[in-house]
Amino acid sequence: MTSVNRTRSVIPGFGLTMGLSLFYLGLIFVIPVAGLLIYTATMGWPAFWAAISHPQVMASYKLSFTASLIGASVNLVFGGLVAWVLVRYRFPGKRLIDALVDLPFALPTAVAGISLVTLYASTGWVGQYLTLFGVKVAYTQLGVVVALTYIGLPFVVRTVQPVLEDLEAELEEASASLGASRFTTVRRVILPALLPAALTGFALAFARALGEYGSVVFISGNLPYRTEITPLLIVGKIEQFDYHGAAAIGTVMLVAAFLVLLLINGLQWWAAKRR
Amino acid sequence: MSSSITAVPAEAVRSARWRRATEEPVWLKRSLIGLALAFLGLFLVLPLLVVLYSAFSQGLHAWAMAVTEPDALAAIRLTLLVVAIAVPANLVFGVATAWAVAKFEFRGKSVLISIIDMPFAISPVVVGLIFVVMFGSQGWLGPWLSAHDLKVLYAVPGIVIVVVFGTLPFIARELIPLMQQQGKEEEEASLTLGASGWKTFWYVTLPNIKWGLIYGVILCNARAMGEFGAVAVVSGRIRGETNTLPLHIEVLYNEYQFTAAFAVSSLLTGLALITIVIKSLVEWHDERRARRAAH
Repeated sequence: MTSVNRTRSVIPGFGLTMGLSLFYLGLIFVIPVAGLLIYTATMGWPAFWAAISHPQVMASYKLSFTASLIGASVNLVFGGLVAWVLVRYRFPGKRLIDALVDLPFALPTAVAGISLVTLYASTGWVGQYLTLFGVKVAYTQLGVVVALTYIGLPFVVRTVQPVLEDLEAELEEASASLGASRFTTVRRVILPALLPAALTGFALAFARALGEYGSVVFISGNLPYRTEITPLLIVGKIEQFDYHGAAAIGTVMLVAAFLVLLLINGLQWWAAKRR
Repeated sequence: MSSSITAVPAEAVRSARWRRATEEPVWLKRSLIGLALAFLGLFLVLPLLVVLYSAFSQGLHAWAMAVTEPDALAAIRLTLLVVAIAVPANLVFGVATAWAVAKFEFRGKSVLISIIDMPFAISPVVVGLIFVVMFGSQGWLGPWLSAHDLKVLYAVPGIVIVVVFGTLPFIARELIPLMQQQGKEEEEASLTLGASGWKTFWYVTLPNIKWGLIYGVILCNARAMGEFGAVAVVSGRIRGETNTLPLHIEVLYNEYQFTAAFAVSSLLTGLALITIVIKSLVEWHDERRARRAAH
């Protein structure tokens, strides 16, 4: 990793900065992560399989995966819409709203959690109206979806926005002057150009949602088999000093995170090629 | 003669029947804006308002009591201590990595960048777990640590290390694209004119990356102060001792002290708002510079 194509650069400091960077990553990241994987490996296949395939754990995978997917999908549609509106239209308060989009990224997840549950509880500002229609959000699976939508909100907006800003007006003009309706132009010219960026944002929101803990635990009610997400199970196992059980499920989550990152890298490569 | 070019009457252009072929009809524009604002109002503005409203609903005095009560002050002190170690550590790492990645070509560069991204995708709970396995009583170093009477887990060092891990990417990810985009000509000029490497960094590179660096540090700081899942796993939640601000909020909330929980939350919310204001300032500054460069 350290071999340089030395084209006799006059800039100094490669050894120092690269050495520091690799040492730090090794100490903080590589060794501890390897420690977890080796720890899991020592427990043997039958014990590992039993830990990760217990019905309660399977139910949590299903919830975490499905709720993350729904949250990311909502963000794909509405994030795309928000990006479109922010780039293409003028309206009062636009700069303020543009800045606010980053709030879920900067706000601590515990704060998001207690504010969402207060909002969606049956007596809350939003919950009291939903109750009239028989919709319960707090302490249900829908609550998990709401929390995961909240924390994934910035990603699609922020990946689509720059692509939309750079989109050449000539393409749309050419399409329109060749007789395409506005709808056809959007569908056949604009959307395909935005697709890689939108999917990257979708995958980022999904990755973030899969591992999310703080915002979910307050609103989900944490009922086993019903509203218990996978990270919560890991916390439970650590509190009972079942390190092996926790490590096994943690390894599954680590592998899932790694696969999603691979997907994101692939999408970014595709997006870069397209631009 | 030029007046005949603008033969289309102005009022016809203004009326809805005339629109450019690359624009949507006005009714559609307004509906899309309305829909987007409704979504953001529900998901961004209401949660923010609920925090601020609940924090001050019992008056300023109750708010002040909640944030100056001994456990809250202990949580503030611990959070500041953790951030005072974690942010500078990740700052040095971020600057060093960005320098190596942006100024040099080497094999495995994309692998390195992917590894820096990883902590972002790893669940905070798994981050905590990684260090429980490392330092816990049944973990790799647990027996050795207890034999030497060293406490990492359920103590400050454990909290610091999970926060460092969780916020590792933020400054590096802010600086790498910025420094790559700026290239290395200015540094090369400075060095060719005889300035030392350090001098070049201080007087050439640093002023160029100043704004991105400030935002990276502020974001890293906000995320470090707000880190919850990983800290919850390794802190042991000892009140007044190992509770950071987010954990203190959780304790208050679970004890049904809602006003106090939101009062403490309002501190971190204020920090989050400052963070996004600084981000907007940095972007505004970049835009202005790009516009000046274009002229």
